[in-house]
Amino acid sequence: MEYYLVVSTIMMFVGIYGFLTRRNLLAMLISVELILNSVDINFVVFNRFLFPGQLEGFFFSLFAIGISAAETAVAIAIIINIYRNMRNIQVKNLNKMKW
Amino acid sequence: MDYSAIFTYMYTEIALIAVIVAALLYDLIAGKRGRKAFHAFMCILMLLFIAGTIFPYHSETAEIFGGMYVYSPVAGIVKSVLAIGTLLVFLQSDSWLRREDTEFKRGEFYVLTLSTLLGMDFMISSGHFMMFFIGLELASVPMACLVALDKYRHNSAEAGAKYILSALFASGLMLYGISFFYGTTGTLYFDDMAAGINGSPLQIMAMVFFFTGLGFKISLVPFHLWTADTYEGAPTAVTSYLSVVSKAAAAFALMVVLIKVFGPMTEYWQTLLYIVIILSITVANLFAIRQKNMKRFLAFSSISQAGYIMLAVISGTPYGMTSLIFYALVYMVANMAAFGVISAVEQNSDGKVGMDDYNGLYRTNPKLAVIMMLALFSLAGIPPFAGFFSKFFIFTAAFEQGFHVLVFIALINTVISLYYYLLIVKAMFINKNDTPVATFRSDGSTRLSLLLCLAGIIVLGLASCIFDGINLYSFGI
Repeated sequence: MEYYLVVSTIMMFVGIYGFLTRRNLLAMLISVELILNSVDINFVVFNRFLFPGQLEGFFFSLFAIGISAAETAVAIAIIINIYRNMRNIQVKNLNKMKW
Repeated sequence: MDYSAIFTYMYTEIALIAVIVAALLYDLIAGKRGRKAFHAFMCILMLLFIAGTIFPYHSETAEIFGGMYVYSPVAGIVKSVLAIGTLLVFLQSDSWLRREDTEFKRGEFYVLTLSTLLGMDFMISSGHFMMFFIGLELASVPMACLVALDKYRHNSAEAGAKYILSALFASGLMLYGISFFYGTTGTLYFDDMAAGINGSPLQIMAMVFFFTGLGFKISLVPFHLWTADTYEGAPTAVTSYLSVVSKAAAAFALMVVLIKVFGPMTEYWQTLLYIVIILSITVANLFAIRQKNMKRFLAFSSISQAGYIMLAVISGTPYGMTSLIFYALVYMVANMAAFGVISAVEQNSDGKVGMDDYNGLYRTNPKLAVIMMLALFSLAGIPPFAGFFSKFFIFTAAFEQGFHVLVFIALINTVISLYYYLLIVKAMFINKNDTPVATFRSDGSTRLSLLLCLAGIIVLGLASCIFDGINLYSFGI
Protein backbone atom coordinates (compact mmCIF):
# COMPACT_ATOMS: atom_id res chain seq x y z
CA MET A 1 0.00 0.00 0.00
CA GLU A 2 2.86 2.39 0.81
CA TYR A 3 4.18 2.13 -2.72
CA TYR A 4 0.89 3.27 -4.20
CA LEU A 5 0.72 6.16 -1.79
CA VAL A 6 4.28 7.19 -2.65
CA VAL A 7 3.32 7.25 -6.31
CA SER A 8 0.19 9.28 -5.67
CA THR A 9 2.02 11.76 -3.44
CA ILE A 10 4.72 12.25 -6.06
CA MET A 11 2.04 12.79 -8.69
CA MET A 12 0.30 15.31 -6.46
CA PHE A 13 3.38 17.43 -5.91
CA VAL A 14 4.59 17.14 -9.47
CA GLY A 15 1.17 18.48 -10.40
CA ILE A 16 1.43 21.39 -7.99
CA TYR A 17 4.95 22.17 -9.16
CA GLY A 18 3.87 22.02 -12.77
CA PHE A 19 0.85 24.21 -12.16
CA LEU A 20 3.02 26.88 -10.60
CA THR A 21 5.88 26.80 -13.10
CA ARG A 22 4.39 26.00 -16.54
CA ARG A 23 3.85 28.98 -18.79
CA ASN A 24 1.39 27.38 -21.20
CA LEU A 25 -2.29 27.05 -20.39
CA LEU A 26 -2.54 23.49 -21.70
CA ALA A 27 0.49 22.39 -19.69
CA MET A 28 -1.10 23.92 -16.61
CA LEU A 29 -4.28 22.02 -17.34
CA ILE A 30 -2.33 18.77 -17.64
CA SER A 31 -0.67 19.48 -14.29
CA VAL A 32 -4.05 19.93 -12.66
CA GLU A 33 -5.16 16.64 -14.18
CA LEU A 34 -2.16 15.01 -12.49
CA ILE A 35 -3.41 16.30 -9.15
CA LEU A 36 -6.91 14.99 -9.77
CA ASN A 37 -5.56 11.59 -10.84
CA SER A 38 -3.40 11.31 -7.76
CA VAL A 39 -6.55 11.84 -5.72
CA ASP A 40 -8.28 9.04 -7.59
CA ILE A 41 -5.37 6.70 -6.86
CA ASN A 42 -5.56 7.67 -3.19
CA PHE A 43 -9.24 6.83 -2.94
CA VAL A 44 -8.92 3.53 -4.69
CA VAL A 45 -5.87 2.48 -2.67
CA PHE A 46 -7.44 3.38 0.65
CA ASN A 47 -10.57 1.51 -0.29
CA ARG A 48 -8.77 -1.59 -1.54
CA PHE A 49 -6.28 -1.97 1.31
CA LEU A 50 -7.91 -0.43 4.37
CA PHE A 51 -11.62 -0.99 3.85
CA PRO A 52 -11.93 -3.91 1.45
CA GLY A 53 -15.53 -4.61 2.40
CA GLN A 54 -17.03 -1.43 1.01
CA LEU A 55 -17.18 0.50 -2.24
CA GLU A 56 -17.38 4.15 -1.24
CA GLY A 57 -13.87 5.03 -2.37
CA PHE A 58 -14.37 3.39 -5.76
CA PHE A 59 -17.59 5.28 -6.28
CA PHE A 60 -16.01 8.52 -5.28
CA SER A 61 -13.12 8.10 -7.67
CA LEU A 62 -15.53 7.24 -10.49
CA PHE A 63 -17.50 10.41 -9.87
CA ALA A 64 -14.31 12.42 -9.49
CA ILE A 65 -13.10 11.17 -12.87
CA GLY A 66 -16.40 12.08 -14.51
CA ILE A 67 -16.51 15.54 -13.01
CA SER A 68 -12.90 16.30 -13.79
CA ALA A 69 -13.61 15.32 -17.40
CA ALA A 70 -16.41 17.89 -17.48
CA GLU A 71 -14.17 20.52 -15.96
CA THR A 72 -11.43 19.78 -18.45
CA ALA A 73 -13.90 20.14 -21.31
CA VAL A 74 -14.92 23.59 -20.09
CA ALA A 75 -11.31 24.58 -19.50
CA ILE A 76 -10.29 23.52 -22.99
CA ALA A 77 -13.24 25.40 -24.47
CA ILE A 78 -12.09 28.54 -22.70
CA ILE A 79 -8.50 27.98 -23.80
CA ILE A 80 -9.65 27.61 -27.42
CA ASN A 81 -11.54 30.86 -27.01
CA ILE A 82 -8.38 32.55 -25.77
CA TYR A 83 -6.48 31.16 -28.73
CA ARG A 84 -9.07 32.67 -31.06
CA ASN A 85 -8.72 36.03 -29.37
CA MET A 86 -4.94 36.20 -29.19
CA ARG A 87 -3.51 33.47 -31.42
CA ASN A 88 -1.51 31.81 -28.65
CA ILE A 89 -2.02 30.38 -25.19
CA GLN A 90 1.00 31.61 -23.27
CA VAL A 91 0.24 32.76 -19.76
CA LYS A 92 2.34 35.87 -20.16
CA ASN A 93 -0.23 37.27 -22.56
CA LEU A 94 -2.99 37.09 -19.97
CA ASN A 95 -1.80 40.29 -18.37
CA LYS A 96 -4.40 42.88 -19.24
CA MET A 97 -5.77 42.79 -15.73
CA LYS A 98 -3.26 43.05 -12.93
CA TRP A 99 -3.23 44.21 -9.32
CA MET B 1 -37.43 3.10 -0.88
CA ASP B 2 -40.16 5.57 -0.17
CA TYR B 3 -40.14 7.99 -3.05
CA SER B 4 -42.62 10.38 -1.51
CA ALA B 5 -39.87 11.53 0.89
CA ILE B 6 -38.00 12.99 -2.06
CA PHE B 7 -40.86 15.30 -2.87
CA THR B 8 -41.53 16.11 0.75
CA TYR B 9 -38.02 17.19 1.63
CA MET B 10 -36.22 17.95 -1.61
CA TYR B 11 -38.93 20.32 -2.85
CA THR B 12 -36.54 23.25 -3.43
CA GLU B 13 -34.30 21.31 -5.78
CA ILE B 14 -37.20 19.67 -7.60
CA ALA B 15 -38.84 23.05 -8.16
CA LEU B 16 -35.55 24.52 -9.33
CA ILE B 17 -35.04 21.70 -11.81
CA ALA B 18 -38.53 22.39 -13.12
CA VAL B 19 -37.59 26.06 -13.57
CA ILE B 20 -34.41 25.09 -15.43
CA VAL B 21 -36.31 22.77 -17.76
CA ALA B 22 -38.89 25.48 -18.38
CA ALA B 23 -36.14 27.95 -19.26
CA LEU B 24 -34.50 25.46 -21.62
CA LEU B 25 -37.79 24.67 -23.37
CA TYR B 26 -38.78 28.32 -23.63
CA ASP B 27 -35.42 29.10 -25.20
CA LEU B 28 -36.00 26.33 -27.75
CA ILE B 29 -39.64 26.93 -28.59
CA ALA B 30 -40.20 30.68 -28.31
CA GLY B 31 -40.23 32.55 -31.56
CA LYS B 32 -39.07 36.07 -32.14
CA ARG B 33 -41.98 37.61 -30.32
CA GLY B 34 -41.73 35.10 -27.51
CA ARG B 35 -38.11 35.96 -26.86
CA LYS B 36 -39.11 39.52 -26.07
CA ALA B 37 -41.09 38.20 -23.12
CA PHE B 38 -38.33 35.80 -22.04
CA HIS B 39 -37.09 38.16 -19.37
CA ALA B 40 -40.50 38.72 -17.83
CA PHE B 41 -41.19 34.99 -18.04
CA MET B 42 -38.02 34.10 -16.14
CA CYS B 43 -38.54 36.77 -13.49
CA ILE B 44 -42.11 35.64 -12.85
CA LEU B 45 -40.97 32.03 -12.72
CA MET B 46 -38.28 32.88 -10.20
CA LEU B 47 -40.76 34.89 -8.19
CA LEU B 48 -43.12 31.90 -8.06
CA PHE B 49 -40.22 29.66 -7.12
CA ILE B 50 -39.21 31.95 -4.28
CA ALA B 51 -42.79 32.38 -3.10
CA GLY B 52 -43.21 28.61 -3.02
CA THR B 53 -40.03 27.81 -1.12
CA ILE B 54 -39.29 30.83 1.03
CA PHE B 55 -40.57 29.36 4.29
CA PRO B 56 -39.33 25.95 5.38
CA TYR B 57 -42.26 23.52 5.32
CA HIS B 58 -40.88 21.20 7.96
CA SER B 59 -39.30 22.10 11.24
CA GLU B 60 -37.40 18.84 11.69
CA THR B 61 -34.25 17.61 9.98
CA ALA B 62 -34.63 14.59 7.75
CA GLU B 63 -32.32 12.40 5.72
CA ILE B 64 -33.11 11.00 2.31
CA PHE B 65 -31.12 8.85 -0.12
CA GLY B 66 -29.64 7.01 2.84
CA GLY B 67 -28.23 10.14 4.43
CA MET B 68 -26.67 11.60 1.29
CA TYR B 69 -29.09 14.50 1.31
CA VAL B 70 -29.98 16.13 4.60
CA TYR B 71 -32.97 18.40 4.85
CA SER B 72 -32.74 21.05 7.53
CA PRO B 73 -34.96 24.11 7.85
CA VAL B 74 -32.01 26.47 8.19
CA ALA B 75 -30.60 25.23 4.89
CA GLY B 76 -34.03 25.95 3.41
CA ILE B 77 -33.74 29.55 4.56
CA VAL B 78 -30.28 29.90 3.03
CA LYS B 79 -31.62 28.50 -0.23
CA SER B 80 -34.36 31.10 -0.36
CA VAL B 81 -31.80 33.85 0.36
CA LEU B 82 -29.74 32.57 -2.58
CA ALA B 83 -32.83 32.43 -4.80
CA ILE B 84 -33.69 36.04 -3.97
CA GLY B 85 -30.15 37.01 -4.92
CA THR B 86 -30.54 35.21 -8.23
CA LEU B 87 -33.80 37.01 -8.93
CA LEU B 88 -32.09 40.36 -8.30
CA VAL B 89 -29.32 39.41 -10.72
CA PHE B 90 -31.90 38.46 -13.35
CA LEU B 91 -33.66 41.78 -12.92
CA GLN B 92 -30.41 43.67 -13.38
CA SER B 93 -29.12 41.63 -16.27
CA ASP B 94 -31.88 42.57 -18.71
CA SER B 95 -30.32 45.69 -20.20
CA TRP B 96 -27.03 43.85 -20.72
CA LEU B 97 -28.79 40.87 -22.31
CA ARG B 98 -30.75 43.10 -24.66
CA ARG B 99 -27.56 44.17 -26.44
CA GLU B 100 -27.18 42.74 -29.89
CA ASP B 101 -24.08 40.67 -29.21
CA THR B 102 -25.59 38.99 -26.16
CA GLU B 103 -29.26 38.71 -27.09
CA PHE B 104 -28.94 35.19 -28.50
CA LYS B 105 -27.19 34.06 -25.32
CA ARG B 106 -30.07 35.02 -23.06
CA GLY B 107 -31.29 31.46 -22.59
CA GLU B 108 -27.80 30.20 -21.88
CA PHE B 109 -27.35 32.85 -19.25
CA TYR B 110 -30.51 31.84 -17.42
CA VAL B 111 -29.86 28.12 -17.60
CA LEU B 112 -26.24 28.39 -16.50
CA THR B 113 -27.07 30.70 -13.63
CA LEU B 114 -29.83 28.41 -12.41
CA SER B 115 -27.54 25.38 -12.72
CA THR B 116 -25.02 26.99 -10.41
CA LEU B 117 -27.86 27.78 -8.03
CA LEU B 118 -28.91 24.13 -8.13
CA GLY B 119 -25.33 23.08 -7.38
CA MET B 120 -25.21 25.40 -4.39
CA ASP B 121 -28.51 24.05 -3.10
CA PHE B 122 -27.18 20.52 -3.23
CA MET B 123 -23.92 21.60 -1.66
CA ILE B 124 -25.48 23.22 1.38
CA SER B 125 -27.79 20.35 2.14
CA SER B 126 -25.44 17.47 1.50
CA GLY B 127 -24.73 14.79 4.06
CA HIS B 128 -21.96 13.00 2.21
CA PHE B 129 -18.72 14.24 0.74
CA MET B 130 -19.55 12.95 -2.72
CA MET B 131 -22.75 14.96 -2.76
CA PHE B 132 -20.85 17.92 -1.44
CA PHE B 133 -18.21 17.65 -4.12
CA ILE B 134 -20.72 17.24 -6.93
CA GLY B 135 -22.65 20.24 -5.67
CA LEU B 136 -19.50 22.32 -5.47
CA GLU B 137 -18.49 21.42 -8.99
CA LEU B 138 -21.99 21.96 -10.34
CA ALA B 139 -21.70 25.41 -8.82
CA SER B 140 -18.27 26.20 -10.25
CA VAL B 141 -18.16 24.65 -13.74
CA PRO B 142 -21.17 26.54 -15.19
CA MET B 143 -19.84 29.58 -13.37
CA ALA B 144 -16.69 29.43 -15.50
CA CYS B 145 -18.89 29.38 -18.61
CA LEU B 146 -20.76 32.40 -17.28
CA VAL B 147 -17.55 34.30 -16.62
CA ALA B 148 -16.39 33.65 -20.18
CA LEU B 149 -19.82 34.37 -21.68
CA ASP B 150 -18.67 37.49 -23.53
CA LYS B 151 -16.78 35.34 -26.01
CA TYR B 152 -15.29 38.03 -28.17
CA ARG B 153 -14.07 40.30 -25.43
CA HIS B 154 -10.48 39.64 -24.44
CA ASN B 155 -11.02 40.43 -20.77
CA SER B 156 -13.86 37.96 -20.41
CA ALA B 157 -11.83 35.11 -21.86
CA GLU B 158 -8.87 35.98 -19.67
CA ALA B 159 -11.10 36.07 -16.60
CA GLY B 160 -12.63 32.72 -17.55
CA ALA B 161 -9.23 31.07 -17.94
CA LYS B 162 -8.03 32.40 -14.61
CA TYR B 163 -11.22 31.26 -12.93
CA ILE B 164 -11.41 27.74 -14.30
CA LEU B 165 -7.73 26.94 -13.75
CA SER B 166 -7.80 28.16 -10.16
CA ALA B 167 -11.09 26.35 -9.60
CA LEU B 168 -9.63 23.09 -10.89
CA PHE B 169 -6.52 23.50 -8.79
CA ALA B 170 -8.52 24.28 -5.66
CA SER B 171 -10.89 21.38 -6.15
CA GLY B 172 -7.91 19.08 -6.67
CA LEU B 173 -6.43 20.17 -3.35
CA MET B 174 -9.80 19.79 -1.66
CA LEU B 175 -10.22 16.25 -2.98
CA TYR B 176 -6.74 15.39 -1.77
CA GLY B 177 -7.79 16.45 1.70
CA ILE B 178 -11.02 14.46 1.53
CA SER B 179 -9.10 11.37 0.39
CA PHE B 180 -7.05 11.40 3.59
CA PHE B 181 -10.18 11.79 5.66
CA TYR B 182 -11.53 8.74 3.90
CA GLY B 183 -8.29 6.90 4.59
CA THR B 184 -8.31 7.67 8.31
CA THR B 185 -12.01 7.25 9.06
CA GLY B 186 -13.26 4.80 6.44
CA THR B 187 -16.43 6.67 5.60
CA LEU B 188 -17.57 9.72 3.69
CA TYR B 189 -20.83 10.39 5.53
CA PHE B 190 -20.66 13.54 7.60
CA ASP B 191 -22.24 11.95 10.65
CA ASP B 192 -20.12 8.80 10.67
CA MET B 193 -16.96 10.68 9.90
CA ALA B 194 -17.27 12.92 12.94
CA ALA B 195 -16.90 9.82 15.12
CA GLY B 196 -13.55 8.98 13.54
CA ILE B 197 -12.05 12.45 13.73
CA ASN B 198 -9.35 12.62 16.40
CA GLY B 199 -7.08 15.48 15.34
CA SER B 200 -4.08 13.39 14.29
CA PRO B 201 -1.44 15.28 12.28
CA LEU B 202 -2.58 13.59 9.06
CA GLN B 203 -6.13 14.79 9.64
CA ILE B 204 -4.95 18.31 10.38
CA MET B 205 -3.10 18.36 7.08
CA ALA B 206 -6.15 16.97 5.31
CA MET B 207 -8.34 19.63 6.89
CA VAL B 208 -6.03 22.38 5.66
CA PHE B 209 -6.24 20.95 2.14
CA PHE B 210 -10.02 20.75 2.41
CA PHE B 211 -10.23 24.29 3.70
CA THR B 212 -8.21 25.49 0.73
CA GLY B 213 -10.85 24.27 -1.67
CA LEU B 214 -13.64 26.16 0.04
CA GLY B 215 -11.43 29.13 0.83
CA PHE B 216 -11.00 29.47 -2.89
CA LYS B 217 -14.75 29.62 -3.45
CA ILE B 218 -15.22 32.18 -0.68
CA SER B 219 -12.01 33.93 -1.89
CA LEU B 220 -10.30 34.31 1.44
CA VAL B 221 -6.91 35.85 1.35
CA PRO B 222 -4.24 33.31 0.62
CA PHE B 223 -6.56 31.94 -2.09
CA HIS B 224 -7.96 35.21 -3.41
CA LEU B 225 -5.64 35.88 -6.34
CA TRP B 226 -8.20 34.97 -8.99
CA THR B 227 -10.90 37.18 -7.52
CA ALA B 228 -10.02 40.66 -8.68
CA ASP B 229 -9.16 39.60 -12.23
CA THR B 230 -12.23 37.46 -12.63
CA TYR B 231 -14.54 40.10 -11.21
CA GLU B 232 -13.12 42.75 -13.49
CA GLY B 233 -13.25 40.65 -16.65
CA ALA B 234 -16.61 38.97 -16.18
CA PRO B 235 -19.84 40.63 -17.37
CA THR B 236 -21.19 42.83 -14.57
CA ALA B 237 -24.30 40.75 -13.95
CA VAL B 238 -22.13 37.66 -13.52
CA THR B 239 -19.78 39.53 -11.22
CA SER B 240 -22.57 40.49 -8.88
CA TYR B 241 -23.82 36.90 -8.87
CA LEU B 242 -20.32 35.61 -8.20
CA SER B 243 -19.61 38.07 -5.43
CA VAL B 244 -22.78 37.46 -3.48
CA VAL B 245 -24.62 34.26 -4.15
CA SER B 246 -21.77 31.82 -4.60
CA LYS B 247 -19.88 33.35 -1.71
CA ALA B 248 -22.80 33.09 0.70
CA ALA B 249 -23.48 29.48 -0.28
CA ALA B 250 -19.87 28.43 0.16
CA ALA B 251 -19.58 30.19 3.51
CA PHE B 252 -22.67 28.45 4.83
CA ALA B 253 -21.52 25.08 3.50
CA LEU B 254 -18.15 25.58 5.14
CA MET B 255 -19.78 26.34 8.46
CA VAL B 256 -22.01 23.27 8.27
CA VAL B 257 -19.07 20.99 7.50
CA LEU B 258 -16.88 22.50 10.18
CA ILE B 259 -19.61 22.04 12.77
CA LYS B 260 -20.88 18.64 11.71
CA VAL B 261 -17.69 16.89 10.68
CA PHE B 262 -14.81 18.72 12.27
CA GLY B 263 -16.49 19.37 15.61
CA PRO B 264 -13.82 17.34 17.46
CA MET B 265 -11.08 19.44 15.86
CA THR B 266 -12.52 22.82 16.83
CA GLU B 267 -9.33 24.28 18.24
CA TYR B 268 -7.40 23.52 15.05
CA TRP B 269 -9.83 25.07 12.61
CA GLN B 270 -10.38 28.05 14.85
CA THR B 271 -6.65 28.75 14.74
CA LEU B 272 -6.68 28.36 10.98
CA LEU B 273 -9.66 30.69 10.58
CA TYR B 274 -8.12 33.18 12.98
CA ILE B 275 -5.12 33.67 10.73
CA VAL B 276 -7.17 33.66 7.55
CA ILE B 277 -9.66 36.24 8.85
CA ILE B 278 -6.97 38.71 9.89
CA LEU B 279 -5.21 38.27 6.54
CA SER B 280 -8.40 38.56 4.46
CA ILE B 281 -9.73 41.67 6.12
CA THR B 282 -6.44 43.53 6.30
CA VAL B 283 -4.86 42.65 2.97
CA ALA B 284 -8.07 43.14 1.02
CA ASN B 285 -8.68 46.53 2.65
CA LEU B 286 -5.19 47.72 1.83
CA PHE B 287 -5.52 46.60 -1.77
CA ALA B 288 -8.97 48.13 -2.15
CA ILE B 289 -7.62 51.59 -1.36
CA ARG B 290 -5.48 51.71 -4.47
CA GLN B 291 -8.06 50.49 -7.01
CA LYS B 292 -9.21 52.68 -9.88
CA ASN B 293 -11.80 50.37 -11.42
CA MET B 294 -15.17 50.04 -9.73
CA LYS B 295 -15.57 46.31 -10.33
CA ARG B 296 -12.06 45.61 -9.12
CA PHE B 297 -12.65 47.81 -6.13
CA LEU B 298 -15.81 45.92 -5.21
CA ALA B 299 -13.89 42.67 -5.68
CA PHE B 300 -11.46 43.61 -2.95
CA SER B 301 -14.28 44.93 -0.82
CA SER B 302 -16.02 41.58 -1.21
CA ILE B 303 -12.86 39.75 -0.12
CA SER B 304 -12.78 41.74 3.08
CA GLN B 305 -16.53 41.18 3.56
CA ALA B 306 -15.84 37.46 3.23
CA GLY B 307 -13.39 37.85 6.09
CA TYR B 308 -16.16 39.36 8.18
CA ILE B 309 -18.48 36.50 7.28
CA MET B 310 -15.82 34.09 8.55
CA LEU B 311 -16.08 35.81 11.94
CA ALA B 312 -19.49 34.18 12.23
CA VAL B 313 -18.08 30.81 11.23
CA ILE B 314 -15.27 30.91 13.76
CA SER B 315 -17.72 31.17 16.65
CA GLY B 316 -19.43 27.92 15.68
CA THR B 317 -22.51 28.69 17.77
CA PRO B 318 -26.16 28.73 16.68
CA TYR B 319 -26.05 32.49 17.17
CA GLY B 320 -23.07 32.59 14.82
CA MET B 321 -24.97 30.69 12.16
CA THR B 322 -27.92 33.06 12.43
CA SER B 323 -25.67 36.07 12.09
CA LEU B 324 -23.93 34.45 9.11
CA ILE B 325 -27.21 34.06 7.24
CA PHE B 326 -28.36 37.52 8.23
CA TYR B 327 -25.02 39.01 7.19
CA ALA B 328 -25.22 37.23 3.85
CA LEU B 329 -28.72 38.61 3.28
CA VAL B 330 -27.77 42.18 4.16
CA TYR B 331 -24.52 42.01 2.23
CA MET B 332 -26.48 40.68 -0.72
CA VAL B 333 -28.90 43.61 -0.96
CA ALA B 334 -26.15 46.19 -0.43
CA ASN B 335 -23.78 44.65 -2.94
CA MET B 336 -26.54 44.08 -5.48
CA ALA B 337 -27.49 47.73 -5.20
CA ALA B 338 -23.89 48.78 -5.81
CA PHE B 339 -23.53 46.43 -8.77
CA GLY B 340 -26.91 47.46 -10.10
CA VAL B 341 -25.76 51.07 -10.25
CA ILE B 342 -22.45 50.08 -11.82
CA SER B 343 -24.21 47.95 -14.40
CA ALA B 344 -26.72 50.71 -15.21
CA VAL B 345 -23.93 53.25 -15.67
CA GLU B 346 -21.91 50.80 -17.72
CA GLN B 347 -24.77 49.96 -20.07
CA ASN B 348 -25.77 53.58 -20.60
CA SER B 349 -22.34 55.11 -21.11
CA ASP B 350 -20.46 52.69 -23.38
CA GLY B 351 -18.87 50.63 -20.65
CA LYS B 352 -17.54 53.20 -18.20
CA VAL B 353 -16.42 51.45 -15.00
CA GLY B 354 -13.47 53.59 -13.90
CA MET B 355 -13.70 55.40 -10.61
CA ASP B 356 -12.98 58.73 -12.30
CA ASP B 357 -16.05 58.27 -14.47
CA TYR B 358 -18.14 58.54 -11.34
CA ASN B 359 -16.96 62.08 -10.66
CA GLY B 360 -19.97 64.33 -10.59
CA LEU B 361 -22.50 61.51 -10.97
CA TYR B 362 -24.76 63.23 -8.46
CA ARG B 363 -25.22 66.18 -10.79
CA THR B 364 -26.47 64.11 -13.70
CA ASN B 365 -28.02 61.05 -12.07
CA PRO B 366 -28.91 62.01 -8.50
CA LYS B 367 -31.06 58.96 -7.76
CA LEU B 368 -28.41 56.45 -8.77
CA ALA B 369 -25.80 58.35 -6.79
CA VAL B 370 -27.94 58.29 -3.67
CA ILE B 371 -28.63 54.56 -4.00
CA MET B 372 -24.92 53.91 -4.46
CA MET B 373 -24.16 56.00 -1.39
CA LEU B 374 -26.67 54.13 0.78
CA ALA B 375 -25.31 50.79 -0.47
CA LEU B 376 -21.75 51.82 0.37
CA PHE B 377 -22.85 53.08 3.80
CA SER B 378 -24.50 49.74 4.43
CA LEU B 379 -21.37 47.87 3.31
CA ALA B 380 -19.25 50.00 5.62
CA GLY B 381 -21.67 49.52 8.52
CA ILE B 382 -23.00 52.98 9.29
CA PRO B 383 -25.75 52.79 11.93
CA PRO B 384 -29.24 53.35 10.59
CA PHE B 385 -28.69 50.92 7.72
CA ALA B 386 -28.81 47.15 7.77
CA GLY B 387 -25.06 46.76 7.41
CA PHE B 388 -24.51 48.10 10.90
CA PHE B 389 -26.76 45.52 12.49
CA SER B 390 -25.33 42.61 10.57
CA LYS B 391 -21.77 43.61 11.51
CA PHE B 392 -22.90 44.06 15.10
CA PHE B 393 -24.35 40.53 15.26
CA ILE B 394 -21.22 39.06 13.69
CA PHE B 395 -18.94 40.81 16.14
CA THR B 396 -21.13 39.74 19.06
CA ALA B 397 -21.02 36.13 17.90
CA ALA B 398 -17.22 36.12 17.76
CA PHE B 399 -16.81 38.17 20.93
CA GLU B 400 -18.95 35.77 22.96
CA GLN B 401 -16.55 32.96 22.13
CA GLY B 402 -13.59 34.92 23.44
CA PHE B 403 -12.01 36.21 20.24
CA HIS B 404 -11.51 39.69 21.66
CA VAL B 405 -8.32 40.63 19.80
CA LEU B 406 -9.76 39.35 16.53
CA VAL B 407 -12.90 41.46 16.88
CA PHE B 408 -10.75 44.46 17.75
CA ILE B 409 -8.67 44.03 14.59
CA ALA B 410 -11.86 43.66 12.56
CA LEU B 411 -13.20 46.88 14.09
CA ILE B 412 -10.07 48.80 13.14
CA ASN B 413 -10.46 47.48 9.62
CA THR B 414 -14.03 48.72 9.51
CA VAL B 415 -12.64 52.22 9.85
CA ILE B 416 -10.17 51.63 7.02
CA SER B 417 -12.95 50.28 4.84
CA LEU B 418 -15.06 53.35 5.59
CA TYR B 419 -12.25 55.44 4.09
CA TYR B 420 -12.33 53.80 0.72
CA TYR B 421 -16.09 53.52 0.56
CA LEU B 422 -16.27 57.24 1.22
CA LEU B 423 -13.76 57.87 -1.58
CA ILE B 424 -16.47 56.85 -4.03
CA VAL B 425 -19.12 58.91 -2.27
CA LYS B 426 -16.74 61.86 -2.48
CA ALA B 427 -16.18 61.21 -6.17
CA MET B 428 -19.91 61.17 -6.85
CA PHE B 429 -20.90 64.18 -4.78
CA ILE B 430 -17.93 66.53 -4.45
CA ASN B 431 -15.40 65.95 -7.26
CA LYS B 432 -15.81 68.21 -10.26
CA ASN B 433 -16.00 66.69 -13.70
CA ASP B 434 -16.27 68.42 -17.05
CA THR B 435 -17.63 65.37 -18.83
CA PRO B 436 -19.79 63.49 -16.34
CA VAL B 437 -21.85 60.45 -17.31
CA ALA B 438 -24.83 61.80 -19.21
CA THR B 439 -28.26 61.76 -17.61
CA PHE B 440 -30.09 58.58 -18.51
CA ARG B 441 -33.15 56.65 -17.51
CA SER B 442 -32.45 53.02 -16.75
CA ASP B 443 -34.92 50.33 -17.74
CA GLY B 444 -37.81 49.23 -15.57
CA SER B 445 -36.46 45.96 -14.25
CA THR B 446 -33.17 47.53 -13.14
CA ARG B 447 -35.12 50.21 -11.35
CA LEU B 448 -37.30 47.58 -9.71
CA SER B 449 -34.25 45.64 -8.49
CA LEU B 450 -32.61 48.80 -7.16
CA LEU B 451 -35.81 49.67 -5.34
CA LEU B 452 -35.94 46.21 -3.78
CA CYS B 453 -32.31 46.50 -2.70
CA LEU B 454 -32.94 49.94 -1.25
CA ALA B 455 -35.91 48.63 0.72
CA GLY B 456 -33.71 45.79 1.95
CA ILE B 457 -30.93 48.13 3.04
CA ILE B 458 -33.31 50.23 5.07
CA VAL B 459 -35.81 47.69 6.38
CA LEU B 460 -33.75 44.55 7.06
CA GLY B 461 -31.86 46.05 9.97
CA LEU B 462 -34.95 47.45 11.65
CA ALA B 463 -37.22 44.42 11.22
CA SER B 464 -35.91 42.29 14.04
CA CYS B 465 -38.39 39.52 13.22
CA ILE B 466 -36.13 38.39 10.38
CA PHE B 467 -33.16 37.76 12.63
CA ASP B 468 -35.33 36.06 15.23
CA GLY B 469 -37.00 33.97 12.56
CA ILE B 470 -33.68 32.63 11.32
CA ASN B 471 -32.51 32.15 14.88
CA LEU B 472 -35.28 29.61 15.53
CA TYR B 473 -33.67 27.06 13.23
CA SER B 474 -29.94 27.58 13.60
CA PHE B 475 -27.67 24.97 15.06
CA GLY B 476 -24.08 24.91 16.30
CA ILE B 477 -21.55 22.82 18.12
